[in-house]
Amino acid sequence: MTKATELKFSKSHEWVLFDGDKVRIGLSDYAQDQLGDIVFIDLPDEGDDVTKGESFADIESVKAVSEAYSPITATVTAVNEELLDSPELINTAPLDSWLIEVEGVDEIEDLLSAEEYKKFCEESEEA
Amino acid sequence: MDLKTPLYDAHLEAGGKMVSFAGYTLPVQYKDSGVIKEHLAVRNQVGLFDVSHMGEVVYEGKDALANLQYVLTNDFSNLEVGRVRYTLMCNENGGVIDDLLVYKCSDEKYLLVVNAANRAKDVAWMKEHLFGEVEFSDQSDQFVQIALQGASAKEIIGKLTKEEEIPKKYYSFTENANVGGVTCLLSRTGYTGEFGYELYCKPEDGIKLWNLLLKTGQEFGIIPCGLGARDTLRLEAGMPLYGHEMTEEITPLETDLNFAVKMKKEDFIGKKALIDKGEPKITRIGLQLTDRGIVREGADVYFHDKKIGQTTSGTMCPFINKACAMALVEKNSVEIGSPIEVEVRGKKIKAEVVTIPFVKK
Repeated sequence: MTKATELKFSKSHEWVLFDGDKVRIGLSDYAQDQLGDIVFIDLPDEGDDVTKGESFADIESVKAVSEAYSPITATVTAVNEELLDSPELINTAPLDSWLIEVEGVDEIEDLLSAEEYKKFCEESEEA
Repeated sequence: MDLKTPLYDAHLEAGGKMVSFAGYTLPVQYKDSGVIKEHLAVRNQVGLFDVSHMGEVVYEGKDALANLQYVLTNDFSNLEVGRVRYTLMCNENGGVIDDLLVYKCSDEKYLLVVNAANRAKDVAWMKEHLFGEVEFSDQSDQFVQIALQGASAKEIIGKLTKEEEIPKKYYSFTENANVGGVTCLLSRTGYTGEFGYELYCKPEDGIKLWNLLLKTGQEFGIIPCGLGARDTLRLEAGMPLYGHEMTEEITPLETDLNFAVKMKKEDFIGKKALIDKGEPKITRIGLQLTDRGIVREGADVYFHDKKIGQTTSGTMCPFINKACAMALVEKNSVEIGSPIEVEVRGKKIKAEVVTIPFVKK
C-alpha cells in the first residue's frame, strides 16, 4: 500500500508519484472522500498529451461529475484500465489507484508534501 | 444562515456530511455508509430519512375543500378521511408551481405537504387565492418529518404501534398514532418506491422518535440515509422531482402526470391554459445507458441524429446498477426499446428507451 508520504500533491487534489522518467497521477484521499461513491471515470487514451492545470479525466460520483486536473504537461503512456471496470477502487484505495502514467515531463506545477497538503485541506475546510 | 432541523445533532453524531439544501443544513450521506450503501439498505432492508425540511400547511373551515378544488389540479371531492392524494398546483399558464400531498384529516381540515424549496412561493400563492370560510396556516415549523422506508419498516412500526393504529393501505394515514410513546401522524407514503411510512411529530419529540426507530430497526439492519440516497432512490423509482421533471414552464400533461390532473373537475387554476394548449407535444421517457458513462440533467437526446429533447435528471442507479435518466422529448418520436444517443460533454453515448420505473420489484 502506498503511503501519502511517498507522494506529492497538487492543490486541485491529485497525487503524483515520481518513478524515474515515469510519473503516475491519481486522486487524493481527501478528494475521493469529498466526492463520495465513484461510479464511472473517463480517462484519456495512451499517447494523448495532458497539460498543466487542465482537466484530463471526468470522475463521476453518484452525486455529481467532477474533473481531475493534471499538475504536469506530459504525454500519457498508460491508463489504469482496471478502474474502467471498477471505479470504486478509487474510494477504497485512492493512493494505489493511479489514473494515468505520463512521460516526457515538460512543465510541472509547484507540488505540496503530504504534510503541507494535509494542512492545505484543513485550511480549506475551515474557510 | 441555513436552518437546522430538530435532528441536526443526531446527524452530526451519526457522521452526517452536512450540506445546504433548500434553506436547511441536511446530511447528504453518512460517513460510515455513503450513497450506494444507503440506497441498497432501503431496497434490501430499511433506511431512515430526516425530511423535516418539507413544508406543512393546513386548510381548515367550511370552504377548505372548495379552496383545494380550485387551487390544486386533482379532485378531492371523493377523498375519504384518513386518505392521502398526490396533486399538482399550477399557475394560470398551466405550468407547475409545486407538487404536493393532501391529507384529509376531517371534512373541514386538510394537511398539505409541500416541497421545502417551494414553501414560500406556495404559501404566497395559496394565500393570494383564498376565498370563503377558511383558515390557512403555515405549520412547517411545528413538525419533524421522518421517513422510514424499506420492507422491514412494517416490522419496525409493528413493534412500536398498536395494530389498529397502523395505516394498512398505500396512501392512508392515522392522525394521532402512538408510536413507541410518541404521538405521530403516521402515513403509508414515501418517495423511494419501497414499502414504507412517513411520520410527523412535534419538534420536541423528534430526536426521541428518530432514536427509537433506529434502535428498533437495528435488528433489521436500519441505517440513517441522506439526501443523496433519497435522490437516487426516487430516480430509480421513476418519480418526478420538482425543478427537474416539473417546472413553471412545463405543464403536468407534458411530463405525464395526467393522473393527478382532473380535467373533468369544474374549474381550477391552469385548467383553461391546459385546454387551450391542446394535446401536449412533449412527453417524459426513461432511458438507460448501454454505453459506459453517466448522464445528468440538461443533456441533449438524439434519435437517428435528430435532437428530440433533453434529460431532466440522471445518475447511476445503485440497485439495478445501471446509469439511468429521465428526459422530456417530442411526443411519439421514440418507443420502448428505441436506441437513442445522449450527448455528454461533447460525446454521444448510446442509450435505450426503457419503461419507468427503472427498478422492478
